[in-house]
Amino acid sequence: MIQVNGLIKDYGARRALHSITFDANQGEIVGFLGPNGAGKTTTMRILTGYMPPTDGSAVVAGYDVMEESLEVRKRVGYLPETVPLYMDMTALDYLKFMAELRHIPNAEERAYETLEQVNLSDRANGFIANFSKGMRQRVGLAQALIHRPEVLILDEPTIGLDPAQVVEMRNVIREIGKDRTVLLSTHILSEAQQICDRVLIINKGSIVAEDTPENLQSRLVGSQRVVLRVRGDSDGLETTVKKVKGTRGIEVKDADTVEFEFSSGQDVRPQVAKAVIQAGYELIEMRPVGMSLEEIFLELTQENSSGNKS
Amino acid sequence: MRNIWTIAKKEYDHYFITPIAYIVAFVILLVLGFLFWIVIQNSIQSVLFGSPSVPDTTLLSEWFVILLMFACPALTMRLLADETKTGTIELLLTAPIRDYELVIGKWLGSFLFILTIMIATLIYPIILNRLVTPSIDWQLVLSSYLGVMLAAGAFLALGVGASALFSNQIAAYFIAFFICIGLLIFIGVPARFLSAGGGFFEYLSMGTHFYDSFNRGSIQLSDLIYYISLISLGLFTGIVAVESRRWN
Repeated sequence: MIQVNGLIKDYGARRALHSITFDANQGEIVGFLGPNGAGKTTTMRILTGYMPPTDGSAVVAGYDVMEESLEVRKRVGYLPETVPLYMDMTALDYLKFMAELRHIPNAEERAYETLEQVNLSDRANGFIANFSKGMRQRVGLAQALIHRPEVLILDEPTIGLDPAQVVEMRNVIREIGKDRTVLLSTHILSEAQQICDRVLIINKGSIVAEDTPENLQSRLVGSQRVVLRVRGDSDGLETTVKKVKGTRGIEVKDADTVEFEFSSGQDVRPQVAKAVIQAGYELIEMRPVGMSLEEIFLELTQENSSGNKS
Repeated sequence: MRNIWTIAKKEYDHYFITPIAYIVAFVILLVLGFLFWIVIQNSIQSVLFGSPSVPDTTLLSEWFVILLMFACPALTMRLLADETKTGTIELLLTAPIRDYELVIGKWLGSFLFILTIMIATLIYPIILNRLVTPSIDWQLVLSSYLGVMLAAGAFLALGVGASALFSNQIAAYFIAFFICIGLLIFIGVPARFLSAGGGFFEYLSMGTHFYDSFNRGSIQLSDLIYYISLISLGLFTGIVAVESRRWN
C-alpha cells in the first residue's frame, strides 16, 4: 500500500530526510517513532501530496505521489499534527464541506455517519471552537476517515489528549487499522508498542531500526533480565538461584529481591521457580525487566547521533 | 469546476457569519443611500426650476467603485492568509483538488458576495425610476453596473493574490489596498503630466476603463480585456503563491 524508496527532502541547505526506504502493507498499522524534528512530519507530508520530495519515489495506494498526486490524495486520509479545523464551523458543516470536496454523494449523511464512528454524533451541531482538545482531535480524525480511505496517515494522533481520550483514540485507530493501512507517528514509545504491528524508528532523517515491537526488543537484548521476589526470609536465595543451570549475572537488589539473567533462547524461569519453592521460599513475584522500548530507542538514537548510521 | 463551486459556496456562506462582511455591506448601502438622496434632491430642484432632466445615476456608480477599493481587500484578506496561519491550508493542499481550483473558488466566493450587495443596491435606481419623470436611463445604469462588477472582480482577484502571499491578514489588506488605489487613482496621475508615455499610464489606469467608458454608457471590448487581464493577473499570482508553498 505504501512503498517508499530512497526518499530525500532538503529544506534549503538542510537535509531533512536522508534517503528513507520502507513499506507498509494492507491491514498493517505501522508506527513512525522518533524524536521531534526527526523527519516524521516531512515524510508524511510527502506521502499525502502536500509537498514533493527532493529525490526518491513514493507509491501510495498504487499511485506515485509525484506523478499522480491527485489520485493519491483521493485515496489517503490525513490527520496533520496541527489538526486543521475551521473553528467557526459546526462539526457537521465542516465534515460536510470535506465530503463535498471529495465528491461524496449524500455528503451530509456521510458526515453524520463518520461523526458517529468517532463518537461525536451528539455534538454534530456544536461549533468546533467550543470543543475540547480531544473532541477536536476526533473531528480531525473524522475528516481523515470521511472518504473511507485505503491508507490513513496520522501525525501524532494522541498528542495533547488526556489518558482516557488516548485510550479511546487508540481503540479507534486499532479498529480502523483492521482492514486498512495506517501509518502513524508518535514519540510515545508505549503507544507504538501497544497499537503498531511494526515500528520504524527514525532519527535525524534516517530510519535506524525497523521491526515488530517484540522483535526490536529481543534483537537488541541478547539476554533477558528477571526480578525475583520472595516474602519473608531470603537468606541463601542468591545461592539457590545460582544453582540452577543457565542463570548468570545474579545480583541481590534488596533484602527480599534478587535479579538474574538468562540467554534469550534458553528460558530458565520455570526451573528457577521450582528451585526457589522447593528450597522453601515463598515466591511472590517474578517479572522480566527486559530493556523497554524507551531504552532501545535511546540507545539507537544516541548511536546514530554519535556518527554511525545504520 | 465542482471543486471551485464547493470552495466558493463555503466562502460565500462564511461571509454571512463574519462582522466584516456586514460592515462592508452596511457602509456601501449607507453611502450609496446618501448619494441616492442627493440625486433625488437634484431631480426635485431641476423640476422646480422648470427644466426636468434625466437624473444622473452615474454619481452612485462612481462612488461605488471607490468604496469597493476599500471594501474588496477587506473581504479577501482572510481568504488564504488565514488558512496559512491556522494550518488549514494543509487540509486543502492534501485534498484532491488542484491549486487553481482552490484560488479561483476563493475568488468566486468573494465575487458572489459582492454581487449580492450589488443586487441589493439596485433598489436605489428602481425607486428613483418610480419617482421621476422622465425615467432614468436604464442602459446607462446597466453599463455602469457592469463596470462596477468588473472592477470588483479585479479588486477581489488582486486581493486573493495578496492574501496568498501573506499569512498576516493586515499585510494582505494593505498590499491589496495599495494596489487597488494605485490602479484606480495614482497611476493615472503621471498620464496628465507626461507627454511621452502618458498614454501608457492612461491605459493602465482603471479610471480610464471605468469613468470614461462603462460609466458613460459605452461597453468596449478593450475595456473588457483590461479587467479580464487584471483578474487573471491576480488569480495567477495567487495560484503561483499557493504552489510555491509546496516547494517552500
